Amino acid sequence: MRDEHLILRVVIKLMFAPILLFALYVQFHGDYGAGGGFQAGVIFAVAFILHALVMGLEETRRVLPIGALRMMMVVGFLFYAGTGAATMLLGGNLLGYDAIAPHSTHHEGQHYGILLVEFGVGMAVASTMLMIFYHFAGREPEIRDEDW
Amino acid sequence: MNLAAQLPVLPIIIPLIAAPLTILLPPRRLKGLLPYVFATLVSWIVFAASAALLHSVATAGPISYHMGDWAPPIGIEYRIDLANALVLTLVSGVAALAFPFSYASIRAEIDDRQLSMFYAMALIAMVGLLGVVITGDAFNVFVFVEISSLSTYALVALGAARDRRALTASFNYLVMGTIGATFFVIGLGLLYQATGTLNMADLKIQLAGESNRMVEAGFAFILVGMGLKAAMFPMHLWMPNAYAHAPSAVAVFLAATSTKVAVYVVIRFIYTVIGADFDFAGAAFNWLIAPLAVAGMMFASIVAIFQDDLKRMLAYSSVGQIGYMLLGVSFGTEQGLSASLVHLFNHGLMKGALFMAAACVVLRLGTQTCAGYAGLARRMPLTAAAFIIAALSLVGVPGTVGFISKWQLLAASFDSGRPWAAFLVVGASLLAVIYMGRVIELMTMREGAGGRTKEAPATMLIPLYILVAANVYFGLNTEMTVDLAERAAVALMGDAR
Repeated sequence: MRDEHLILRVVIKLMFAPILLFALYVQFHGDYGAGGGFQAGVIFAVAFILHALVMGLEETRRVLPIGALRMMMVVGFLFYAGTGAATMLLGGNLLGYDAIAPHSTHHEGQHYGILLVEFGVGMAVASTMLMIFYHFAGREPEIRDEDW
Repeated sequence: MNLAAQLPVLPIIIPLIAAPLTILLPPRRLKGLLPYVFATLVSWIVFAASAALLHSVATAGPISYHMGDWAPPIGIEYRIDLANALVLTLVSGVAALAFPFSYASIRAEIDDRQLSMFYAMALIAMVGLLGVVITGDAFNVFVFVEISSLSTYALVALGAARDRRALTASFNYLVMGTIGATFFVIGLGLLYQATGTLNMADLKIQLAGESNRMVEAGFAFILVGMGLKAAMFPMHLWMPNAYAHAPSAVAVFLAATSTKVAVYVVIRFIYTVIGADFDFAGAAFNWLIAPLAVAGMMFASIVAIFQDDLKRMLAYSSVGQIGYMLLGVSFGTEQGLSASLVHLFNHGLMKGALFMAAACVVLRLGTQTCAGYAGLARRMPLTAAAFIIAALSLVGVPGTVGFISKWQLLAASFDSGRPWAAFLVVGASLLAVIYMGRVIELMTMREGAGGRTKEAPATMLIPLYILVAANVYFGLNTEMTVDLAERAAVALMGDAR
């Protein structure tokens, strides 16, 4: 089994890091150009999906266990909703990012706010994509009666 | 943070942040108490915030909250007036009772491992419904409708642990619900194309005097889309199965809130967005909403008589009750509108109580067929008594909320020169006597199999009796509901002019 698909495995190993890097590029460039958290999250997840396709789901699960994914989903979403709520605690309205940097003359707070929100979106999307993939790929072929 | 100024978003943002945190709570430690207690506390906080909002709106007038400090019509506005404050209080109030109620019932009906997920989804469903009610932005309504619907599909499907038919019921609901949401968003798209705005108040201004095919088509799409969500006859077929096969606690919450919220959206769009003076809306009242409302009242009540499954019977009865609400709306008068708002609130109370009683029976006797209710008055006297009071309320016996809403509806139909409507309302109520009476007869007159059974635990009986008490209290003291609904109706009609 280890010797099968040698070329595929080497290529995936080579590609893995650049894909993650590209995801981060899309993530942070999303502020100024095309891209953003959704796309970046999907690209990020693709790296792991490729890994699972070639190395097997068990290997990928060892790298990124399902518990960690659940945590990432929650933390990502909390970044997303929390940024909006944090501005309330800072004295602004919900989603009023100006409250993050109140003395800025050029709405610096808006940039920080959207950066944090996009980070949360990226994390939540990446982990949700992988969660869906794990569940579909790892599904038992026959569902036993008592599992219903 | 200025709590009073932030009050309008608290019912949304608190459960929205609490929901992912609930997922992290261990579902199996301490018998699953952690997610349960946490979600219950959240629902109480939300109810407190909603009640505070209602109080503030009733005394100081409508509140407008600007998301992210972007002024409407560009930014999203949360606009709370009496009409949505009333529905908001109903939804959060039922949630504040349904969450504590759910513990014993849901632990018996779903897999323990799913408990945290269940409470997270229930919170999200609540956020969605509250958001639909609270927002003043038409597109935002769609977003929240989707949030509540998606979580509801999953909640209904959880019933599969008890009965696999929950899966097909949920899938049916998913297909129908998605069609409804699509129609709704197509309608919004057409209105947006015509006006270039999505803020409800601004839409009203832009649409004034405008009457072309595109606006008419947009209105029709919105009406059909929301009619599907509201289980308006003849688009109700997803509902009986969804309610019958969902976990009992989920059915309690859904039956008391989700269709009511959709009816609220219909009212909101007719009056605040389109304007009732819009010729087309007038035609829709007379030739579409009124006939369908009457057909729903009669047909669904007759179908309810022949149901073997108690929850399906209650669901068909809901279709009929939605008919009453729409009939009130179709009069196009202040009184009719107020009657339908009162009934919207009251029906939430009675159906919540009935489904809670049904959940108690499912927990102890494991049955939801009507035949299983034979001799219930002896086997579970407390539950049976609660069921009977709620059933009398549904029929409209004086001293209960059902009487108040029917009285209002009758008065409205005579005053608007529609005596035929009054006769139909009475006729449908007589049908309700038949289908509820059939079950009461089984419960009290027949001997059931088995002797006295243990009553449901206090966590279930107390919320049940609070709802039953509300049925009687608001039936005797109509100051709050009728008074507020009348003022809300006046405000809505004022919007329309």
